[in-house]
Amino acid sequence: MTPIKLKLFSTLGAHLPPGAVRNCAEVEVASEATPHDVIVQYHLPEESVHLVLINGVYVAPADRSTRRLQAGDELAMWPPVAGG
Amino acid sequence: MAWARKLLRVNLTDGTVSSEPLNMAWADQYLGQRGLASKYLVEEIDPRCDALGSDNKLIMATGPLTGTMASTGGRYSVITKSPLTGTIACSNSGGFIGAELKAAGWDMIIFEGRSPKPVYLYVENDQAQLLPANDLWGQSVWETDRLLHSKHQDPALRIACVGRAAEQGALICGVINDLHRAAGRSGVGTVMASKHLKAVAVRGTKGVGNLKDPIRFLKETEYRKRVLQQNAVTGQGLPTYGTQVLMNVINEMGALPTRNMREVKFEGAGNISGEAMHENRPGDGRPNLTTNAACFGCTIACGRISTVDQGHFSVKNKPKYWGSSGGLEYEAAWALGTDTGVDDLDAITYVNFLCNEDGLDPISFGATVAAAMELFKDGVITTEQTGGIDLQFGGAQALVTMAELTCRGEGFGRDLGLGSRKLCEKYGRPELSMTVKGQEFPAYDPRGIQGMGLTYATSNRGACHLRSYTVASEVLGIPVKTDPLVTEGKAELVKAFQDATAAVDSSGLCVFTTFGWSMEDIAPQIDAACEGDWSVDKLLEVGERVWNLERDFNLRAGLSAADDTLPKRLLTEPANTGPAQGRVADLGKMLPEYYQLRGWTADGELTQDTRTRLGL
Repeated sequence: MTPIKLKLFSTLGAHLPPGAVRNCAEVEVASEATPHDVIVQYHLPEESVHLVLINGVYVAPADRSTRRLQAGDELAMWPPVAGG
Repeated sequence: MAWARKLLRVNLTDGTVSSEPLNMAWADQYLGQRGLASKYLVEEIDPRCDALGSDNKLIMATGPLTGTMASTGGRYSVITKSPLTGTIACSNSGGFIGAELKAAGWDMIIFEGRSPKPVYLYVENDQAQLLPANDLWGQSVWETDRLLHSKHQDPALRIACVGRAAEQGALICGVINDLHRAAGRSGVGTVMASKHLKAVAVRGTKGVGNLKDPIRFLKETEYRKRVLQQNAVTGQGLPTYGTQVLMNVINEMGALPTRNMREVKFEGAGNISGEAMHENRPGDGRPNLTTNAACFGCTIACGRISTVDQGHFSVKNKPKYWGSSGGLEYEAAWALGTDTGVDDLDAITYVNFLCNEDGLDPISFGATVAAAMELFKDGVITTEQTGGIDLQFGGAQALVTMAELTCRGEGFGRDLGLGSRKLCEKYGRPELSMTVKGQEFPAYDPRGIQGMGLTYATSNRGACHLRSYTVASEVLGIPVKTDPLVTEGKAELVKAFQDATAAVDSSGLCVFTTFGWSMEDIAPQIDAACEGDWSVDKLLEVGERVWNLERDFNLRAGLSAADDTLPKRLLTEPANTGPAQGRVADLGKMLPEYYQLRGWTADGELTQDTRTRLGL
């Protein structure tokens, strides 16, 4: 298993496991898990996952199934959002 | 037609008001609001005039879709020469007064001269008169609003006014309408106060019925409302979390300017985010956010209405601030919170209330406090200057006290009212001012979002995110995702955003519609309402013309390519963490290409070909 920080913001925050603080939970995912695996594991509506960052770096939709998570990574996800 | 085809000219020196026809040839070239009012300003004032002198003029302008059934069609702008930057200024606001002015039958009001005594303008449909405001002078925005409603016994009166800070000469004041909507940036409120014009009160009952093709207009606008409603950003994200949802986004990607832009991530961001505004407070068990709110005709409703915990130190024994009022938008929360290092949500909400109550631009005010905090940290200023206040980064009590002083124009608040540039110059450390052309930065670090560096440097009103919001593309993927850390292609991106935004700002619509609408959605609505053929291409040409008109004004005002730059900190001090770690703002890699795309010389001057092409 691989320990990561899972950060789910905006309406995705409702999918965080109990014990999450400020939209962040320390969780364990399968070895070599991808963002897509985590999306499935936490029952996130795929169509609502718009912005995915690993350690602040953007992960394109095409790379969500191939980018492997490593221990200590911070995986942050948002639905479509905007501001200004 | 959509335009009322009529403007109101108010000579404050003589105390006269007069009606004149709108220049429709100019309307065909500049559309309305930002564009058309800028054209009037450029034609009528000397760019080198004293912004606070009687020669400057101040224009309140609507767009052709203001007051119509188009979604968000309630915008108006205040256009003048800025005392903060010396550039042309255009500050845009929502709320309801824009639509009210249009419903009274006016496209715009041009104020000229200076009244010998405080006055306010009262407009009731075709009738307009200047009335004494001696009893209003010295009152806050909120009290002025109350007094005018009481005096005229009209709850439907719409009011825009300036607060005490502007009267005291603070350079970072906006014009507040409908209690907590603001034409906030560039010191436009300071200009209004310099003319002894305290308020504009409007009642309009005529409506806006003069559309080119009313049936088509209703169809076009109804369809586009559904587009906004079905879009995840404009239909769900913005109404639920407001612009404040960005606090965590920008922090996570390491582009959140922190403590006077010394750092790029804020450890307290989660405490003052849009998500935090939904959480129940430990003190009273209620969330900061009471509800969302919409401006006239808006189907997005991104506005925040908030409360402060009555037990919080900032409002203890101050029942005036216990009710719900205008809450934090992202830029205000960043400036008042992140940039000062304060992560106390109640404190910054209270300070935001104060900014509304007395007409301070919360971006410029927060950023100026941040600069003062760095001056204090470096020992350049001490408690001797601050009146005994320990002005450390992160000090919520200090922030609150400084806001109260600045609103009243007292003590060190008078220095803060100068804005960041003049404050830092006064104390001999100009390099600590995080400004472009004298205007304070908004909430995106150009070391981590490279396109925003070019946006800030070339903005015609100084550092501003709303002139070219490339964050949409570089961060949020709207309309397409681009890499925030590369400079290639950003010149073209910035120009495209600048031109499109200038067109939207001239229409009466809110720029936030562009999160759900393309220009292909906007053009048909304008075309159905306005005489002439309003294609996407024509709109973008209008936007480009407006941009160049503003640029030309600034050059004639004495600015040059040397002003198209960023603070040394952002050009030479790398980001200290995150994906942009080690990066500076690579402005030099983008600016020459930008000038070329604009059709300007290498010195940033408009070429004759560009002038001819755009009819300037």
